[in-house]
Amino acid sequence: MIHISKRKELPLGQALAIRLGAIVLALVVCGAITTLFTGLNPISVYGAMINGAFGSQRKIWILLQETAILLCVSLALTPAFRMKFWNLGGEGQILIGGLASAACMILFGNTLPNGVVILLEIVCAIAAGAIWAFIPAFFKARWNTNETLFTLMMNYVATQIVAYFIIVWEVPKGSGQIGIINQSTEVGWLPQIGTYKYLLNIVLVALLTVLMYTYLNYSKHGYEISVVGESANTARYAGIKVDRVIMRTLLLSGAICGFAGLLLVGGTNHTITTTISGGRGFTAVMVAWLAKFNPAVMTASSLLLVFMGRGAGEISTTYGLNQSFGDILTGIILFFIIGVEFFITYRVRFEKKEKEATND
Amino acid sequence: MADRLPAVRMRGITKEFAGKVVANKNVDLDIYRGEILALLGENGSGKTTLMNMLSGIYYPDAGTIEINGKHRVISSPKEAIDLGIGMIHQHFKLVNVFTAAENIVLGMNEPSGFDLKAASERIRQVCDTYGFDVDPNQKIYDMSVSQKQTVEIVKQLYRGAEILILDEPTAVLTPQETDKLFAVLRNMRDDGKTVVIITHKLHEVLDISDRVAVLRKGEYVGEMITTETTAQEMTNMMVGHQVSLNIERPDVEMDYRMERIRVKNLTVRNNEGVVKLDDVSFTAYTGEILGIAGISGSGQKELLEAIAGLQPVESGSVEYVVDANSTPEEVEQLIGMDPIKIAQMGVVLSFVPEDRLGMGLVGSMDLTDNMMLRSFRDGMSPFTDRKAPKHLAELVVDELEVNTPSVSTPVRRLSGGNVQKVLVGREIAAAPTVLLSAYAVRGLDVNSSYLIYDLLNRQKGNGVAVIYVGEDLDVLLELCDRILVLCGGKVSGIVDGRTTNKNEVGLMMTKLGGGEE
Repeated sequence: MIHISKRKELPLGQALAIRLGAIVLALVVCGAITTLFTGLNPISVYGAMINGAFGSQRKIWILLQETAILLCVSLALTPAFRMKFWNLGGEGQILIGGLASAACMILFGNTLPNGVVILLEIVCAIAAGAIWAFIPAFFKARWNTNETLFTLMMNYVATQIVAYFIIVWEVPKGSGQIGIINQSTEVGWLPQIGTYKYLLNIVLVALLTVLMYTYLNYSKHGYEISVVGESANTARYAGIKVDRVIMRTLLLSGAICGFAGLLLVGGTNHTITTTISGGRGFTAVMVAWLAKFNPAVMTASSLLLVFMGRGAGEISTTYGLNQSFGDILTGIILFFIIGVEFFITYRVRFEKKEKEATND
Repeated sequence: MADRLPAVRMRGITKEFAGKVVANKNVDLDIYRGEILALLGENGSGKTTLMNMLSGIYYPDAGTIEINGKHRVISSPKEAIDLGIGMIHQHFKLVNVFTAAENIVLGMNEPSGFDLKAASERIRQVCDTYGFDVDPNQKIYDMSVSQKQTVEIVKQLYRGAEILILDEPTAVLTPQETDKLFAVLRNMRDDGKTVVIITHKLHEVLDISDRVAVLRKGEYVGEMITTETTAQEMTNMMVGHQVSLNIERPDVEMDYRMERIRVKNLTVRNNEGVVKLDDVSFTAYTGEILGIAGISGSGQKELLEAIAGLQPVESGSVEYVVDANSTPEEVEQLIGMDPIKIAQMGVVLSFVPEDRLGMGLVGSMDLTDNMMLRSFRDGMSPFTDRKAPKHLAELVVDELEVNTPSVSTPVRRLSGGNVQKVLVGREIAAAPTVLLSAYAVRGLDVNSSYLIYDLLNRQKGNGVAVIYVGEDLDVLLELCDRILVLCGGKVSGIVDGRTTNKNEVGLMMTKLGGGEE
């Protein structure tokens, strides 16, 4: 007989130890599977993973940049998630924000001074993302539509709009892509800090993390978000206008997604494609859940996911395996990390059934 | 009785939760065939847990259970049913869109196959034997609470239950329905069945049971033959020390009384367009406790929420009398206002809603954060100030003896009584002029209940207009100055708490009439 019962709060050390144990177990299972399927030495495979993420200065910069962008999107989703508004539209909100900044760069690149273009980009990207999230929020607040489906569908709309404008603005005609925007003038490109291409993004997102943490935990808005997330009835009882909080919070959520689009288009890529968000709108869902919607913990969970993604890429190139193998390992590790939460919340005991008692 | 073989013999039963809370400790209990045993104890004394182990929902950490003299391991509700043990829980487990018969046969694997007609016939037989009144073809959603309970009982009997456990079955019933239930239980006993009734209402124990077993803090403290004991003796045993069982009803000087809330022709429909309040009019005075009696779902919730600004109203008015002595009389209209606007008008209206963790408090937040639920907006700063709420939380914990590890514990982890103390403490701390409370003592033990009555009486003494929605008629009759009785959303009368009696109020709850006719 298996008995499952809820634990009381575990001491932090013990909970940490259980989690650490899960990671070790995950690595052992991954190792066994690696040897079984590829015949490679698992230790050297892990070595390659670490090398892929931290192997050179350039790799470390890329790791940090990727972490920053993913963290930015996760921070965007978090206020909505705390409110139990399942915003799965991060992808679309990033795209629309990115499109808005690309549009500013293309349309005003030759007519307005650089500073004004950048300012316009920032405003437009944030506004575009905010509007994209506001639409489902408005319908949810007014008519209680299902936000999960609505935000998801908005992603496809955004992708198609971006695809349309790529054809409108394609360079050269017929190539089906925009290419680097303002390559010679660099108008509308976000400034670099010194010689570090990615440092500005990283600094901005670090700042955003602190702001979001403070907003959620110490502001009146943050308090309202938590109450609405727990129960709309309680919120009404406390005199909180639930509709307004939903719309306000989603404006914020979308704005930050739009900002992430700006960082991608204006900050690093200087072009727009339909795949520029690279699934971060969904990966961020996992980052936020893993961290239980705590912005501070999210820095760790986004780093973990990016590290594994980069590491998986490295082993596929180093050993000539296909990319899927790296993904399999990532999947196994995530399975253990998420699965261990069950053992932290519940205690499982096995008991033998008394034979003579049941047979008579 | 000691020479008879008990139907159930529990020995040394121990059950712990989360490795810390001891729900039952070394309990020995015998239950005999053909008797009604009342299992008495305060909240958290382990009554329900003990019975859950008998019905296979929990599994004891230690101890043995014998059924009819044979040692048994009951590890699932199905095994319990096979042994003839059936339990009726406080929250019914019925499928709303199914009929009574469909619910009763649900999950049964009869060798003869699924035959609803034959089942209905057998259900009728069961009903005739014991005097139940059930239509097998009626849908559950069409049924009253009492009918649903009957279906639950018939379900257990249909499955061959010989030992029937009822967990606080009367909490949701009117006095008349309770009498009907008790008559059926007596029939079952006389038929040789074993009945265990979990309760903390003493007069019911005296009324229905043959024997009383008392639990205190998870331990078995003793048993009595019902005819040889008194309510006072049982309470002392349950609580562990001498307590007074009288609820006070202090008199407040009449010139202190003035009109405070005037409800006129209030009509409310719910989202589905069903009339929940129908032309309700009454006045609540300062310095009085106005009781609201009625079967649950008679419009109590809508009435309080309409006054509190949480319920859209179809027609009618709710006036808050600011000062009755000034001319012209100073009156504020509360209809069309939300809680913030009401507060901005300077009306301090406290509300202890029925759904404590779903409306009055935020379960995942700690005591401090819950203290500021209604006041977090104060001040111009965009940030919350947690100093004052923390201080208030400590004060409430201190004064109301809230049992909590600290003020930073999520309220969800507190027991029901302590949750209620936190809620009532916060609402009273606002120094209200009107205090609305819904089922303020539901699920609370004797000590906590009396603490709440005491708090309400003190508010009344301070000149607060207290509106008390209750379900226990004995309490309403002892505590309230006046009692308004609701029946199907209509006021069937307002009676004086000092002169009325239980029968009168009970009749008014089920049909219009009484006071006015």
